[in-house]
Amino acid sequence: MRILTKRNGIIALIIFAFSFPYIAQNDYYLHMLTLSFIWAIAVYGINLLSGYTGYLSLAHAGFFAIGAYSLGLLTVKAEMNFWLALICACLITCAIGFLIGLIALRTKEHFFAIYTLCVGYIIYLVIDKWEGLTEGVRGLIGIPAPGNIGPITFDTAASQYYLVLIFLLAVILIMYRIIRSLTGRTYMAIRNSEDLAQTIGISTMKNKLTAFVLSTFFAGLAGALYASFIRFIGPDIGSTAIMFDLLMYLLVGGIGTLSGPLVGTLLLVILSQNLQFLQEYRMLIFGPLLTVIIIFYPRGIAGAFYDWQRKRKDNELSGVRGELHIKAEEG
Amino acid sequence: MLIETKNLTKRFGGLAAVNNVDFSIEKGRINAIIGPNGAGKSTFFNLISGFHRPTSGTVLFKGIDITKLPANEIAGLGISRTFQTTSLFDQSTVLDNVIVGHRLRTKSNLVDAILRTKRLKREEAACRDKAMEVLDIVGLTESADRMVSNISQEEKKRTAIALALATEPEIIFLDEPAAGINPDETEGLTELIKKLNQSGLTVCLIEHKMHMIMNLADHIMVLNYGEKIAEGTPKEIRGNEAVIKAYLGGSASA
Repeated sequence: MRILTKRNGIIALIIFAFSFPYIAQNDYYLHMLTLSFIWAIAVYGINLLSGYTGYLSLAHAGFFAIGAYSLGLLTVKAEMNFWLALICACLITCAIGFLIGLIALRTKEHFFAIYTLCVGYIIYLVIDKWEGLTEGVRGLIGIPAPGNIGPITFDTAASQYYLVLIFLLAVILIMYRIIRSLTGRTYMAIRNSEDLAQTIGISTMKNKLTAFVLSTFFAGLAGALYASFIRFIGPDIGSTAIMFDLLMYLLVGGIGTLSGPLVGTLLLVILSQNLQFLQEYRMLIFGPLLTVIIIFYPRGIAGAFYDWQRKRKDNELSGVRGELHIKAEEG
Repeated sequence: MLIETKNLTKRFGGLAAVNNVDFSIEKGRINAIIGPNGAGKSTFFNLISGFHRPTSGTVLFKGIDITKLPANEIAGLGISRTFQTTSLFDQSTVLDNVIVGHRLRTKSNLVDAILRTKRLKREEAACRDKAMEVLDIVGLTESADRMVSNISQEEKKRTAIALALATEPEIIFLDEPAAGINPDETEGLTELIKKLNQSGLTVCLIEHKMHMIMNLADHIMVLNYGEKIAEGTPKEIRGNEAVIKAYLGGSASA
């Protein structure tokens, strides 16, 4: 019986995550972790499209902002119930994602990246300039916290932490199931070679569009949670600066890996909080770190770990084969 | 006739890569397309498999016009192909590469994936069984769990054929299956193609290795500058003056 199995490790991590509010007496850490979980949900969205389907989207900060603003406007201006607004915010993001995906997915590779970068910037500009709707640079103030579900309230830091944690776990579970299913294999076949995917009968456009819409759903969900957590949003959440932060989390953690988005987001958010005293000079650390990781570990920290595990397993296998071979010769 | 092309033409700007080619493939035979480099052989494959739209002409599969169908629907009808350069996924095992080949015969979607429905589990098992079955046919059962990055060029060719077989085709188009592998391995691959054909699969291949083609093919078409210059049995082709001229250049006496 091995105790250090993957399953037990994951259970231990989940138990730790649930008991964290009792361990950390400080609300600051709780706040930081909640925020990184929210970012991580958005990064999972980018990972589904960029990591597994092979389309590097730079519009996802825009979809994050659409989710945030949809929730903000529906709760503040339309005074809608929080949970209904949350669902609507996700649906609005998906609808816009669908329309943009229809056009964007006609391009490929760097053209897709450039196109989506422009889309992201346009979304930012619309939010910034459409003052009648979004209040422009003043931002939206007074977004309500998540509404009660029966006796459960979300007015403390710990309760909000749990809410976001549950969403994050759900997102990870969905991602886990997708990438291990035939649908996930289909996405990876498209990432590998779109021509080959078509040859084996895969409708690439339909699958790419589904992956795109689902990835905008995750980004929109993260945005909506962000709005209700921070309670104030400005156009800056849709800026390219945020987009590249998210991309950095993904690349450092591991693009195309299941744990990468969480690992990268936690690591970089915590690191960046602890390096606050360096102000803008933090980038002097992040820049080289990112370069080194991309050169030596193109699949990030998680990818490097998987490769190491894989190699160890291969070595064990060839070791066993070698022994069998020797035995066969002796016999 | 399983496949028929009529006046098939593809122009890239001023260049006629394939010019007015009539060709038919009978069910159950091994067909070959040969010709010097740049003769339009791969373009001809691309036209049949739906990667390029022909400028004019038609492609018929069992009498049905498939000229305008997208590549994935053509695959669904039972027309499969491999590429000259094998584009497999290096970071994954042989088995994982082949499993997705049966995807087109399954129906489960994103919702099935998220809810992990019975249909998904059943279809995943079917895909896995199919993959093991075709790996057995191409003789790669032992290598199923190896990473593609660690297998030989010849094994990669076999994996690509296995992937094409997993789609359950009636006809398979092989684009230079023996390119870049040694004579012994070529022999093995020839045997594999014969075996596939004997099990009822119609084969059409492009190849430069004349010895292999002459041994293997029932029927050969020769392309030169996009035009069909000869067609017939290996024996007829061997004695055809136009073919000798195309390959050796200048007069046939050479």
